[in-house]
Amino acid sequence: MKRYIIELVQGGASLLAGLGVTLRALVAQPVTVPYPRKKLPMQPGFRGHPMLVRNPATGAFTCIACGTCMQRCPSRCIDITAARTESGTKYPARFQLDFTRCSLCGICVEVCPVSGLAFSRSFAMPHRTREACKYDLVTRGEEGT
Amino acid sequence: MGVAVRSTKTESGPIHYRYFMNVGPQHPSTHGVLRLIIGLYGEYVLSIEPVIGYGHRMHEKMAQSRPWQAFLPNTARMDYACCLPHQHCYLSLIEQHTGIKVPPRAEYIRVIAVELNRIASHLLWLGAFLLDLGAFTPILYCFDDREEVLDILENLTGARITHCFFRIGGVLADIDDHSANRIREFMRRMRGRFSVYHKLVTENIIFIKRTRDIGIITPDMARRYGATGPVLRGSGIAYDVRKQQPYSAYRDFSFDVPTGSRGDCYDRYLVRVEEMQQSLCIIEQALERMPAGEIRAPVPRTIRLPAGQRSFSVEGARGEVTYYLVADGTDTPYRLKVRSPCYANLNLIQELGQGMLFADMIATLGSLDLVIPEIDR
Ligand code: SF4
Ligand code: SF4
Repeated sequence: MKRYIIELVQGGASLLAGLGVTLRALVAQPVTVPYPRKKLPMQPGFRGHPMLVRNPATGAFTCIACGTCMQRCPSRCIDITAARTESGTKYPARFQLDFTRCSLCGICVEVCPVSGLAFSRSFAMPHRTREACKYDLVTRGEEGT
Repeated sequence: MGVAVRSTKTESGPIHYRYFMNVGPQHPSTHGVLRLIIGLYGEYVLSIEPVIGYGHRMHEKMAQSRPWQAFLPNTARMDYACCLPHQHCYLSLIEQHTGIKVPPRAEYIRVIAVELNRIASHLLWLGAFLLDLGAFTPILYCFDDREEVLDILENLTGARITHCFFRIGGVLADIDDHSANRIREFMRRMRGRFSVYHKLVTENIIFIKRTRDIGIITPDMARRYGATGPVLRGSGIAYDVRKQQPYSAYRDFSFDVPTGSRGDCYDRYLVRVEEMQQSLCIIEQALERMPAGEIRAPVPRTIRLPAGQRSFSVEGARGEVTYYLVADGTDTPYRLKVRSPCYANLNLIQELGQGMLFADMIATLGSLDLVIPEIDR
């Protein structure tokens, strides 16, 4: 009987201590933000989908359509159609990224010999169809930031 | 949900039914697509039969059918709550097999990232476990802390969950002063939070009543089933791969291996909370003594795996992770076997759950910290 009462008192005290924690949280500042009205700052290291990088001086893509990224991608989700300019340099006429299969591993960005790929900052990319997830990075270049 | 298969009528008492009930494959308290076929007698559990394989993605087969570099993203997708140990294990195995030396700074960064991942994983477990027991409040506190860890990891690795951060011979990004300060700030915050968890959970009478002397795993039983990780340490066996066969840079750090005394759910809880504190200790030491230098060793463009076999083990958040490689001289493994700790830990429930009350069985299942995709692979 005595033990029961001791337990009752101690147990009650432990519950009150727990309630104290929650009460303090009740009057503290909320830790969540009401997305999408307010957004948290994004981490600088965030990886969005890979995108083509432009040469700041000329505005052209730096990619030389060498095909290394296509070959090294573990998910085989890059498909490039190369073309040549009149002066003979190769460039990607079409650079398709199948984002349904991309695992954002970063291997393509890492292996590119001319730093032609980078990660975008977009994270909210809902699509209605599967086909819409196949991006052509050449035309997407502008808005795909 | 339940199917009555036989009824027994007693002379005076009520009618008891012996029936089978499916828990899962989609059930909030199974943490994934696990199905349990539970034989019940009233509220008492007579038998448990786990059915696994709903999330089978052929990871081992994939490893055998593509060059070893291409398997790297797969390692992050087995144990989604704590994937960096898997990646660490796989790369250490390849590095050892091909004789590549990793620069010390890279090993330190790996250790810091892995320990942060372990803290995130234990916080997730803590919240989910208490949710299983019917306590909703703690998970909000756990996720508040976990968000901080995930922010740090996201900045470092680019992703919040399926990190693909380690590379052969090193890591992808360095921990600069800014990141180091952020990690220190998190450590200060986290150290102050343990008192909150103790008030909210450890000393809570309802929690104690639900977990003390529930689901006792004896050391002998844990050994028989090959349990590892906090489940084994909760039963009083101080086995930790980081201590027993120190790999990477773990030899340089001093830390304790917490153990329980009774082997019940409460002990497993205490072990994991203490492990978080030890992880903070390791991170602190690593940040302090971080050697300068390269973060990535120069490696040849194409690396073939010499013929032979080798295995490598690391301590994941749930126990011992082992990768076993058989190579035949090409760049594609002939066979890659993954030993995941949860598979062994899950099997305990069959013996452990017999005769328990149903609610206690759920508590015990939660205390094993199962990640089902890791079992199914
Ligand atoms: S991030 Fe990885 S999976 Fe995605 S396109 Fe690049 S190499 Fe392929
Ligand atoms: S993005 Fe880089 S690796 Fe890929 S084709 Fe262009 S130049 Fe080659």
